[in-house]
Amino acid sequence: MSDYKIEIKNLYKIFGPNDKDMVDLVANGLGKQELLDKHRHVLGLNNVNIGILANSINVIMGLSGSGKSTLIRHINRLIEPTVGEIIVDGENVLEMDKDKIRDFRRFGASMVFQNFGLMPHRTVLENGMYGLNIQGVTSGEAEKRTKHWLNRVGLSGFEDRFPAQLSGGMQQRVGLARALATDADILLMDEAFSALDPLIRADMQAILLDLQAELHKTIVFITHDLDEALRIGDDIAILRDGELIQKGSPQNIVLKPADDYVADFTKDVNRARVLTLNTLSHEAGSKEGLALDGDLPIEQAMQQMVDSKYNLVTVMKDNKPIGQVSLRDMVGAISRPKATESGSTKTYR
Amino acid sequence: MSLFDKFPAMERTDLRDLKKGIDSSFKEFSRSWGESIEAFFDPLFYFLVNFEKLLLATPWPIIIGIVAGLSYLGSRSWKLSAGAAISFLAIGYLGMWENTMSTVALISVATFICIAFGIPIGVAMSKSDRLQSFITPILDIMQTIPIFVYLLPVVMLLGIGKVPGLIAVCVYAMPPIVRLTNLGLRLVDKEILEAADAFGSNYRQRLFKVQLPLALPNIFAGVNQTIMMALAMVVIASMIGVKGLGVPVLQSIQNQYLALGMMNGLAIVALAIIFDRVSQKYGKRLQRHREGGNDV
Repeated sequence: MSDYKIEIKNLYKIFGPNDKDMVDLVANGLGKQELLDKHRHVLGLNNVNIGILANSINVIMGLSGSGKSTLIRHINRLIEPTVGEIIVDGENVLEMDKDKIRDFRRFGASMVFQNFGLMPHRTVLENGMYGLNIQGVTSGEAEKRTKHWLNRVGLSGFEDRFPAQLSGGMQQRVGLARALATDADILLMDEAFSALDPLIRADMQAILLDLQAELHKTIVFITHDLDEALRIGDDIAILRDGELIQKGSPQNIVLKPADDYVADFTKDVNRARVLTLNTLSHEAGSKEGLALDGDLPIEQAMQQMVDSKYNLVTVMKDNKPIGQVSLRDMVGAISRPKATESGSTKTYR
Repeated sequence: MSLFDKFPAMERTDLRDLKKGIDSSFKEFSRSWGESIEAFFDPLFYFLVNFEKLLLATPWPIIIGIVAGLSYLGSRSWKLSAGAAISFLAIGYLGMWENTMSTVALISVATFICIAFGIPIGVAMSKSDRLQSFITPILDIMQTIPIFVYLLPVVMLLGIGKVPGLIAVCVYAMPPIVRLTNLGLRLVDKEILEAADAFGSNYRQRLFKVQLPLALPNIFAGVNQTIMMALAMVVIASMIGVKGLGVPVLQSIQNQYLALGMMNGLAIVALAIIFDRVSQKYGKRLQRHREGGNDV
């Protein structure tokens, strides 16, 4: 359990005047539509239990209306829950008093917003410094630290511009620098890249992965885009109608969708890019194949096989063979699986 | 069917008694409280009188220098600044210097009071819908009730002079700044406020670092309107004994002095234009961040 930086337990959020009275009804199986029709309350989150892994990128995914943005706002309590617990480092955020929650927002968790949330009257530098100003850091120190982070996200030389003078991608880099400057362990990213065009989005994902390789923050990343989730996520949770449907590694989600809803999501994914040799590797036979590292995506492994004369891969880890994958295995894995079963007769490790 | 022929009005004697009752109780009130209320406004009186004395005691070239300097600081435009200086020179040359100084003092103090009370009221209003629905009708009354109707009780309470004039001006001129402060604060982007909250801002940090700066263009439009409305009240204020450009205008109406009325009227217009242009230009400069482009 101690791997979890944040534990969300039995979290319910119901919007309406008598939300507390509705919890029991919902817990006993009343659906979202019925709740709205009969009781005029909107179900936001329905008994959500998620462990957020420390020092990794936790993606929470779902379509609009699935409650993902509501969920992330519970972590720093921009939205008050109906019932539930959110334990961060052993402390329940939902029981903190005003001063404590303010301190938690200042020092514990910073946030990046879908539409950037920059302040138009402040320059790039001043925007970046906002969190530090609020923390009470002296302005000289705040300026130094902010400049460092602006530099890291590639915005050196833009310090004196106003947000309106920057492109969307650059504005979100300011948002990212502002969040990083506070030195909080937790980074909450609410559809942070969704408002950007695909190329810029890929750029931003690369910047985030780059930074994360060095910073090891606990990142909660909300998105509706599965490709994005698979690219950056160490762990993916899928929400629908305020309920957690499935949670697991990217490979797990793609290979073993829990139901049709998830299968629907994953059907257009480029599976060859998500799955690695490790996921397909099974007991090595006597035959020798092309030696490749287990972390290699199938897409690249296939390319290398075509270039060589092998049609078998020996999967390596730390220069030792740990198993093998045949061309047939790879073709099988990238064909679309059926829902609710493993998708292949092979047992994957 | 006599009910429909004649409106079922109150009996004439009853109505007369009601009016008499209100009149006499207000008279009673002003007799017993008038002095202490007057004493309450004494600091305001001294402030206004001393400010006026200061303006009159200052040599005229310095005043013109200050006017031109403030115009330039506000608008960053040499043209406007020169125009302001020339207007004041013309006013002085045509013998209206003292009255103009009195009016400038009145308008400055009135605007200062309106800002000092109006902005906090607007801030409070923006926070609470209930307060807003309570204050809005009061503002409506302040703006639409015929001025003479509230001049009367003010004069009964405080007599004729500067302070009742100042109060009358403030009653009329304060609504725009309250309204526009409230509006400006309510129009601030919710997502920006959420960002401010997410970084742990407390109420004061949120208000002073985010809300007020973003509402400033609207607040400034309110200040501008307040100044304009205060100037519009100058002539009426002169009816209850406020010195200034309004007095000669009033005289000219009573005695058909065409030239006197025109000159003093135009002096008021000149003041209005200077105040308006300078404050508008200043308001615009506050918004320069809203412009895109890379050449700011």
